[in-house]
Amino acid sequence: MKQFDYVRPATVAEAVAAAAQPGAVYLAAGTNLLDLMKGGVSRPDRLVDVTHLDGLDQIERLADGGVRIGALVSNADLAHDADFAKAYPAVAEALLSGASAQLRNAATVGGNLLQRTRCAYFYDTASRCNKREVGSGCDARDGENRTHAVLGWSENCIATHPSDFCVPLVALDAIVEIEGRSGRREIALDDLHRLPGDTPERESALEPGDLIVAVRLPPAARGFAAHARYLKVRDRTSYAFAVVSAAAALRIENGKIAEARLALGGVAAKPWRARAAEDMLRDVPPTVDAFQEAASRALADAKPSGDNAFKIELARRIVVRALSLAAAGTPVRIPALPASPFASMSGAIHARA
Amino acid sequence: MNHSISLTVNGARRDFVLDDARVTLLDLLRERLHLTGTKKGCDRGQCGACTILVDGKRINSCLALAISHDGADILTIEGVARGDQLHPVQAAFIAHDGFQCGFCTPGQIMSAIGMMSEAQAGNDPERIRECMSGNLCRCGAYAGIVDAVLDAQAGMDESNQRRSA
Repeated sequence: MKQFDYVRPATVAEAVAAAAQPGAVYLAAGTNLLDLMKGGVSRPDRLVDVTHLDGLDQIERLADGGVRIGALVSNADLAHDADFAKAYPAVAEALLSGASAQLRNAATVGGNLLQRTRCAYFYDTASRCNKREVGSGCDARDGENRTHAVLGWSENCIATHPSDFCVPLVALDAIVEIEGRSGRREIALDDLHRLPGDTPERESALEPGDLIVAVRLPPAARGFAAHARYLKVRDRTSYAFAVVSAAAALRIENGKIAEARLALGGVAAKPWRARAAEDMLRDVPPTVDAFQEAASRALADAKPSGDNAFKIELARRIVVRALSLAAAGTPVRIPALPASPFASMSGAIHARA
Repeated sequence: MNHSISLTVNGARRDFVLDDARVTLLDLLRERLHLTGTKKGCDRGQCGACTILVDGKRINSCLALAISHDGADILTIEGVARGDQLHPVQAAFIAHDGFQCGFCTPGQIMSAIGMMSEAQAGNDPERIRECMSGNLCRCGAYAGIVDAVLDAQAGMDESNQRRSA
């Protein structure tokens, strides 16, 4: 690991000033950053430690019915907050399906959003990677790429964003609060992560010094609590990143879907909101036929980036399953194996192949 | 640049001067305090052999910078027994052959202790396997590990019942 300067600012303003310098990065729990630094993938000159800043570790119920989650709340504390899990069950389930208990205890909300891709060629400094070294090429294109992107990728980069948490968040219109050099601003989570295009090294809308201080869910997000699921297919049932995942949330009124929310994980460089599928599901009864049509629309633009054509069909099926389970109703308790499609499915409509 | 930090390690306050900010909690425990019970397996947060409790919560000490944990309360495998009296989880691992080579065992035991205080698994073997998935055992002693955790959990439930009776 390269030597670095360590800075522990006392205030958010001091943190922003310290992190705006070239070569500086923020340190929260460091569960991803330290791993990257040990591998020589990230080589920062300065770490700005935000873990001792006050006021960023609260979960606040807002007067308007929304919720504000401080950037330093741990993944475990958020998932295990009973009020939060009840109001946003798919978000809690997604959190508990990610990483291990040890990592969830340490990893933060802000860090989860900004974690880097797990593309093996990004991690291997002997490989070419446009994200790690601008213009060097992409060894994933002709490499082991069965888990790589099927939506929104470019010839320059086929990496995926690995977060589970972001998938239901983006479906529920989460907002990111950012403190920067010119003060406070907020953007939709959907606008935080960038698709690779010709600049895969630019992964987010953040500018130097920008610090995510909170994530907010708007009042409407609570309206999906009765019909919400997160499903995640992994190469092993626990402690693995998604091959494909889906967050589905419905508002059902008088036997029809009043509003649907759908997002996919593991398929693109960002959590993938499927708006065309959502639009199609408005004002129709929650049937498997409708869900299959929605799945087909959600993946309409998908194309393989390598040996991963199977992910497109897998994504369609996981969308149908997630929507079917959401329609059947949010389980009273999070399943023993969170987000596992292999968990028992009592009462659910089964997806047809 | 030197940085001073203080930690409470297994109940005792310890002060350190770090001449290198790169030191992890794992390396600090092993190299500075010679508490070598906490193991370095992968050193990348994948195996769980380095699991310790920080402020009561289990984390991977290999992915935690010591300098960032100034003021933390740390419990390692060396601090869980009371003199010659093993911690109930330690005793259960022996009773159920919850190990073969033993390398992952301190991390398994610290993880199990952390898990029991999180109260998310109870006595459901499927939940225990899920909640312990951050600890790998290359020998494959998982059956004994799950039995040990179940037994320790049952003992804890029993003593809680006795206390509230």
